[in-house]
Amino acid sequence: MPAVQARSITCPNCGGPVQLRGFAHTLSVVCPQCHTVLDTSTPEVAILQKFQQKTQIQPTVPLGARGKFGNTAYEVIGFQIRQVQSGDDTYQWNEYLLFNPYHGFRSLTEYNGHWTFVEVQTALPEPAHARGRPAVRYGGKTYAAFDSMTAQTVYVLGEFPWQIRTGDSAACQDFIAPPMMLSSESTGGEITWSLAEYMAGSQIWQAFKLPGSPPPAYGVFANQPSPYGGNTGSAWRTWLWLNVALAAMLFLFMIMAPGRVAFSDHYSYPPGATRDRAFVTPSFQLAGRASNVELSIHTDLDNNWAYFNFALINNKTGQTFDFAREVSYYRDSDGSDGSRNNSVIIPSVPSGQYYLRVEPEMASGSPYMSYDLELRRNVPNYGFFGVAALLLLIPPVLTTFRKGSFEAARWRESDYSPATSLSGGEA
Amino acid sequence: MSAPAANCPNCGAPVKFLWSSAVQTTCEFCHSILVRTDVDLKKVGEVADLPPDASPIQIGTEGAYQNKSFVVVGRIIYEWDQGGWNEWHIVFNDGSSGWLADAQLEYDLSWLSKPPQPLPASTRKGQAFDWQGKNYQVTSLTKAHYKGVEGELPFEYWDKSDLLFADLRTTSSDFGTIDYSEQPPLLFLGRAVQFDDLHLKNLREFEGWT
Repeated sequence: MPAVQARSITCPNCGGPVQLRGFAHTLSVVCPQCHTVLDTSTPEVAILQKFQQKTQIQPTVPLGARGKFGNTAYEVIGFQIRQVQSGDDTYQWNEYLLFNPYHGFRSLTEYNGHWTFVEVQTALPEPAHARGRPAVRYGGKTYAAFDSMTAQTVYVLGEFPWQIRTGDSAACQDFIAPPMMLSSESTGGEITWSLAEYMAGSQIWQAFKLPGSPPPAYGVFANQPSPYGGNTGSAWRTWLWLNVALAAMLFLFMIMAPGRVAFSDHYSYPPGATRDRAFVTPSFQLAGRASNVELSIHTDLDNNWAYFNFALINNKTGQTFDFAREVSYYRDSDGSDGSRNNSVIIPSVPSGQYYLRVEPEMASGSPYMSYDLELRRNVPNYGFFGVAALLLLIPPVLTTFRKGSFEAARWRESDYSPATSLSGGEA
Repeated sequence: MSAPAANCPNCGAPVKFLWSSAVQTTCEFCHSILVRTDVDLKKVGEVADLPPDASPIQIGTEGAYQNKSFVVVGRIIYEWDQGGWNEWHIVFNDGSSGWLADAQLEYDLSWLSKPPQPLPASTRKGQAFDWQGKNYQVTSLTKAHYKGVEGELPFEYWDKSDLLFADLRTTSSDFGTIDYSEQPPLLFLGRAVQFDDLHLKNLREFEGWT
């Protein structure tokens, strides 16, 4: 059998030629010359509607363009602009009719740079509820009710397998499970369900090999997948694993670098000491590269305080690190305050031979105090781990926050917008 | 599967049968509608010119569904106020036959089935039936006209005019049709299928798409 021939007709309004791309499926076509809508369901072409709109609109994807979706090539054969009136607001979207002589019809919708690929469905969704909102179950997924509207065709170009006219209107309902959207369209008691998959402009440009780059998408579209969608879970999982790693590092640190004792000794502070209480320790070696040094003080103070001035002095260079610590410990029947011990970390002390100058100080009339001084080289800096743990929190918190604002932007456009219900159902 | 050839009682052209159980066929040459009797073929009518259609399927198209291969042997063409559709009569390699509907390239496979309960004399949109553990809902009622026949059919079918069909769907792509052209009405049950599910060969070609 010879190939099915493409059909060509003559416009009964202007006499111009009209090429048909949809073979015998085409039941109406818009004359490209005079924009008259023609009825092609019978061999005698009749006028369905004299097109009112004079403005010439060029669809972003031209009629006749072929694009590949999955493994199937589809040709753009029809284009319509559909409009929704919502209170004082009017908004419009573009709808492209796609055709393949074997696989049939699909459509593309475009709104503010957001695209969807639409396929009519043969199964029926079941009514359901999701988080107290109406929803439907379909193909094992729950689709949340998003909005309902009356969509009116306000501009048409090309061919359709039904008799299209501007002014046609349909009651539509959208249910979403991003990146999918399940929509019902009802005309004259007939309900058609279709499933739309979100597509970025770049995918459309690639499918049709369009020149240039797609215009940017504005806002958040109903079934646009959240860029943070699957990420909050994974961001928090990553955070958990990084914390485990951090804890392991901390543990290793504690084993590997417990801090070598460079110097320690036991001292006493006799009561009523009046003479110069400052003394110097024997010299000791601080080895390795420049790193920290921790001096800890352990006293037997009881309801008393002591103040220590220290200087860590390099034997050779005379480089001096001055620091001081107070130790105070008080207790009564209600409990205790302060601690008998204190410590100080001096960062970045170069290696070398050092000694310590110690000047303890107590209130006059204090009882006998005995104390230990211990100087450790290269102790783990636990503060670093705390800061690291805090920094690790930033990405998951940010992602969670961004996801929240993305979802808020999505649902702002919905009939079920939280803002809408709070303000008393104003559309 | 082929049965011996006979000759058209009208024009004498050879008439071949692809399916031995065919009750009716059409003569390719003179478009006579021929009905098999015990002894020969009888002309019962004539097919008017078939309306132009763009189904990719034709008589002789082969396919496979759920590992059973089939061949298209005949069709009934219907028309309604929003277009037309084809009911392709398909014969499986086990000798059974079914129907492949092509309505604007939406495909449904169905088989004549015994209704689990007697079918109501009339139905309405939204009416539900529980058959074989599935909930079928009437989704559309279509008033159609018989437009023509071609090839081999399992019954005599050539003098119909106005018909009423109720289409039914489930939540999992099951498909059903109640055909009110017979009394009692006939039930066909099957599946909505995708083009690729049918593994079709020997299809028509389309200008610009080869």
